[in-house]
Amino acid sequence: MFPDEFEYERPETVDEAVDLLVDHPEAEILAGGHSLLPTMKSGLASPDLLVDIGHIDAMQGIDHADGTVSVGALTNYATVDDSPVMRENVTVFAETAHAVGDVQVRNRGTVGGNLAHADPASDLPAAALAADATMVLQGPDGERRVDADDFFLGMYATDVAEDELLTRIEFPARPEATGAYAKKPSPSSGYAMVGVAVSMTVDAGRVEDVGVAANGIMDHGVRLDPVEDALAGTNPDGETVATAATNAANDLDEMMMMDDLQASAEFRAQLLETYAERAITDAATGTGVVAAGPS
Amino acid sequence: MGAESESGSGVQSVDPDDVDAADILGSAIERREDPALLTGDAEYTDDIELPGMVHMTIKRSRHAHARIENIDTSEAEAMDGVIEVFTAADIEAPGNLPTGWLLDSLEQVDHPILAEDRVRYQGDALAVVVAEERYIAHDATDRIDVDYDRLGAVTEPSEALADDAPAVHDDASGNVAFDWDIGDAEKTDAAFDDADHVVDLDLENQLLIPNAMEPRAAVAEYNPSNDELAVHMTSQNPHLHRLLMSGVIDHPEHKLQVRAPDVGGGFGSKIHHYADEALVALAAKRHERPVKWTATRTETYLTDAQGRGHDTHAEMALSDDGDILGFRVDTAANLGAYLSTFAPAVPTYLYGTLLSGQYDIPAIYCSVTGAFTNVPPVDAYRGAGRPEASFVVERMIHRAAKEVGMDPAEFRRRNFVEEFPYQTQVAVEYDSGDYEKTLDRALDLLDYDELRERQEAARAEGKYVGVGLSAYIEACGLAPSELAGELGAQAGLWESGLVRFHPSGKVTAYCGTSGHGQGHDTTYAQIVANELGVDYEDVEVVEGDTDEIPQGMGTYGSRSAAVGGSALVKSSQKLVEKAKRIAAHQLEAAPEDIEFENGDFHVAGAPDRSMHIAEIATQAYLAHDMPDDMEPGLEATSFYDPDNFVFPFGLHAAVVEVDPDTGEIDIERYVAVDDVGNQINPKIVEGQIHGGVAQGIGQALYEGAEYDDNGQLVTGSMQDYTVPKAEHIPSMETDSTCTPSPVNPLGVKGVGEAGTIAAPQAVVNAVCDALDVDQIGMPMKAERVWRAANAATDGGEH
Amino acid sequence: MTRDISLTVNGTEHELSVEPRALLISVLRDELDYTGPNVGCESSMCGACTVHLDGEAVKSCTVLAVQADGCDVTTVEGLATDGEFHPIQQGFQEEHGLQCGYCTPGMMMTATELLDRNPDPSEEEIREALEGNLCRCTGYQNIVRAVENAAEKMQQEPAVADGGGD
Repeated sequence: MFPDEFEYERPETVDEAVDLLVDHPEAEILAGGHSLLPTMKSGLASPDLLVDIGHIDAMQGIDHADGTVSVGALTNYATVDDSPVMRENVTVFAETAHAVGDVQVRNRGTVGGNLAHADPASDLPAAALAADATMVLQGPDGERRVDADDFFLGMYATDVAEDELLTRIEFPARPEATGAYAKKPSPSSGYAMVGVAVSMTVDAGRVEDVGVAANGIMDHGVRLDPVEDALAGTNPDGETVATAATNAANDLDEMMMMDDLQASAEFRAQLLETYAERAITDAATGTGVVAAGPS
Repeated sequence: MGAESESGSGVQSVDPDDVDAADILGSAIERREDPALLTGDAEYTDDIELPGMVHMTIKRSRHAHARIENIDTSEAEAMDGVIEVFTAADIEAPGNLPTGWLLDSLEQVDHPILAEDRVRYQGDALAVVVAEERYIAHDATDRIDVDYDRLGAVTEPSEALADDAPAVHDDASGNVAFDWDIGDAEKTDAAFDDADHVVDLDLENQLLIPNAMEPRAAVAEYNPSNDELAVHMTSQNPHLHRLLMSGVIDHPEHKLQVRAPDVGGGFGSKIHHYADEALVALAAKRHERPVKWTATRTETYLTDAQGRGHDTHAEMALSDDGDILGFRVDTAANLGAYLSTFAPAVPTYLYGTLLSGQYDIPAIYCSVTGAFTNVPPVDAYRGAGRPEASFVVERMIHRAAKEVGMDPAEFRRRNFVEEFPYQTQVAVEYDSGDYEKTLDRALDLLDYDELRERQEAARAEGKYVGVGLSAYIEACGLAPSELAGELGAQAGLWESGLVRFHPSGKVTAYCGTSGHGQGHDTTYAQIVANELGVDYEDVEVVEGDTDEIPQGMGTYGSRSAAVGGSALVKSSQKLVEKAKRIAAHQLEAAPEDIEFENGDFHVAGAPDRSMHIAEIATQAYLAHDMPDDMEPGLEATSFYDPDNFVFPFGLHAAVVEVDPDTGEIDIERYVAVDDVGNQINPKIVEGQIHGGVAQGIGQALYEGAEYDDNGQLVTGSMQDYTVPKAEHIPSMETDSTCTPSPVNPLGVKGVGEAGTIAAPQAVVNAVCDALDVDQIGMPMKAERVWRAANAATDGGEH
Repeated sequence: MTRDISLTVNGTEHELSVEPRALLISVLRDELDYTGPNVGCESSMCGACTVHLDGEAVKSCTVLAVQADGCDVTTVEGLATDGEFHPIQQGFQEEHGLQCGYCTPGMMMTATELLDRNPDPSEEEIREALEGNLCRCTGYQNIVRAVENAAEKMQQEPAVADGGGD
């Protein structure tokens, strides 16, 4: 319940923050604190220095210009969930932000914190993949851009270096796309046993563009290429969707799947198919409903 | 008093100001406790702040079973702000926590408040830190270095009783804490010999963690000049805690005050005497400063007494016609690492005696072996033994009905007890009941026949709909004390109540129970106002403080209304009798000519010659004109010891749809028809049913303490152990019938545990019914259900 | 090393010096004596510590006091105005939405934010909105009714709705 002592710095700009990280590579970055503080309270983390980036105004807010939607890393889930710009142009990400945690968590937790923490059971990584997001990182040598597909490396592991900060996430604006996220939450923690995010553009009854990705199944968010391939160019009716969903685990190594108290790998693979089907169906019908079973 | 209006819509509360005094008993008035709780004015233990107060933390074992080689406290002691660190070696006489219920075969083991050379569960207390600040105390705790020599651990009762299991206590051979049985083994064997059918199931009733929202806490203050020690603590039974603690820490009982401020739920977990509160008291005496300790949630997961923990093999003998001929139950019960306060009673007298359920079963035999294991002590948790019994009975009934090809509702009806009082084959005598009435009401609410048709139709469409019934019985208000003593109780089970008129005519009622969310202040005021004929607002209720209340036994086992409420009735009646004699004297009439109605005493046939009881109170304290030989004053104390238990009953039903692809269970409907006798406040009764059912559904679907092979708790936080959320619990349809208990003057039966006792098997039976399988273990997590569904469709389950 | 911060709690400004590691709930309860919000867990699950931070429901056990520097905090003590219960308090009283009361302050703070955002929520929406607040006593049914009751009151008397909450 009680964090160990630490030094505390509160930079006002990205450059100041990066300078601190250069000088203190072991420092932990505090954004909303909803991943970090629980681990500090349980004694799992005991950083010597916290760099509180919460007051860096440049990392806040949502901009839409030139076909790109840019979301500051400090933007909280509730803001994304409520944003008309996000709902219109990056539907899958807004839908997924709504599925994170609970109201209180959504009011404090930040999208940058979520993505940079890369918990395999968190929700946003799949949405970032499905929406073809680009992560913008700032380090001592300036800015660097990383595709979501190259960003998630493993359990709690991303491409962010110790002296870098994830400052914003950029998405191609896709007002014509529908999006959905279907999640089987752990009944205790609310984290995803399995969660599937889908962004889909259908033109004249044919799938023109589709992104499908999953959380909870592997040690990091993964794109489900075989499902995307099976859907591309089809008319996404019930049967097509169900068949496509059966491919969900095709490229995934069952030996490497998450297997814990909540669910075995075998059961997760089963859930993956069902939740892929639900998410694709929701996207195809444009309902965007976040489906979540009661147990 | 009694039944609700429209099922599902719930009981409507009323403002007490809108209720006529004569109607106060049985009215669903809003609770008087609520304003403080709704504004932040409540005082829970951790809210207490005293001048000069210091903070205490406890270093706990990280291993489930180990010898302690060394405890190095030097680094912690050297920290700024740390006042003292002490271990068992530093205190002269480390107390032992006693067991309050003995059985003939019980193997009593020492339970020191600080482990000396061996720890037996993860969380066992090793050392105490006293520091100026809370955060510093926790820092220091982390810097205590303990050398462990680990030993093998065992967490399941059936494993613990196996030949090669590690010994939890050197003195308890084979980890057997006791062997106990009830019923007639030979008669039961004979019934099985004559049976047309025998069904059997292996049933596990998993370990549960109570999870009261308020963690346990204590604040102790000691005055060296008069040796008075006050302990403010999260207690369901302050007098019992005072008695036990006085022995544990060797402090005279009359100089020890135990007070329960507002208590944030208990569900049994705040009955027991733990090491922690005794350590707080010791620390306050050592330093002569107020000391506060508040458990973290992690500590409550590791140390609160857990509940259930049964491995059972049950068999039922049946005739072709669908009569139950015999019932045989063999249970291994998990007692944890030590014997907690009432632990031996729970899997024996609170379990075996309820195995007749609502049924006329001619032969029953139950044997129970209590097992020591390396989990926290296991003791009473909401229901305590009775949920385990009802689960075994109702799961077996479901299985038996299927075996003889009868509808489960009709199978139950055929075997119901019909005549009362009814002597079971397992010692207890049921006071009253009408089991068909709750069954019929529930079937009516369910539209049962239509439901069965819909189930058929759904199955044809590949949907898995199921209906599960649970006809439960519970026993509340364990009594009388003489019987409890014969069965092994080391305490009486009466309750005390003091009712005191003030000279102005206002009333204070004191009761030895100790509410922690049940609304006793409201219900007791309803009872006393009704008995005395005074305004509800003129009655104040005091509970939970050994310095204010004469004596008491506390709140658990759904006993407060039946036993505590009855004590207040008896005291009120004594006051009315005394007041009647004063009235007769002052009205110049014979006492037998005085009539009492709604607070007024009047001379029979002369209604204008009257005095109100409040006026008489004034006269009793003025004492200017009293009958000869009568003492002044108007107050009375009673110790009420009931003649028998009371036996609430009811019928709960769950309607579920199961998704075989995901194992997800949707509880479409949950219907609860309960008969708890007369209802003092139907809104509070409804709330108790709702909460109890939610905990029962929690057990059926979500909850369970899980340990790894080393005895480490892997469900040690709310992230890992599912305390049901709002979206996990269905909207319940509640209704009630009313069969007053003849045992007590209120005709009440108790309601605190009914829902928890009834619900688990209603849900399990429904899921078994949906999937047409015989058995699914609890908690019915999605994966478990998915596997059961697939085994069933593969034909593997039969 | 401590840090100076200012917090406005229920309209009263407090200047204080806190350790960076001090949680907002610790400062509210132990330093400023706002003991309405409670601590029920340390894993950010139970919601008993919920307060409003600049008008939004947050779990004050998962916010450092230094992060709240300069913010407006509303606790349960700030719900009633001039001795008049907020509709959510009335709803909980009338519908028996509480038993032991320990979760209630946090539960009501989450509920008031819900009603700010959605004045007429369905039962499903209420249950979803309360997923971050655990109650062990009530089975939630009367909490749902309490929120519905408050919603009704606030729609009838919009003026009252502005009285408390934030």
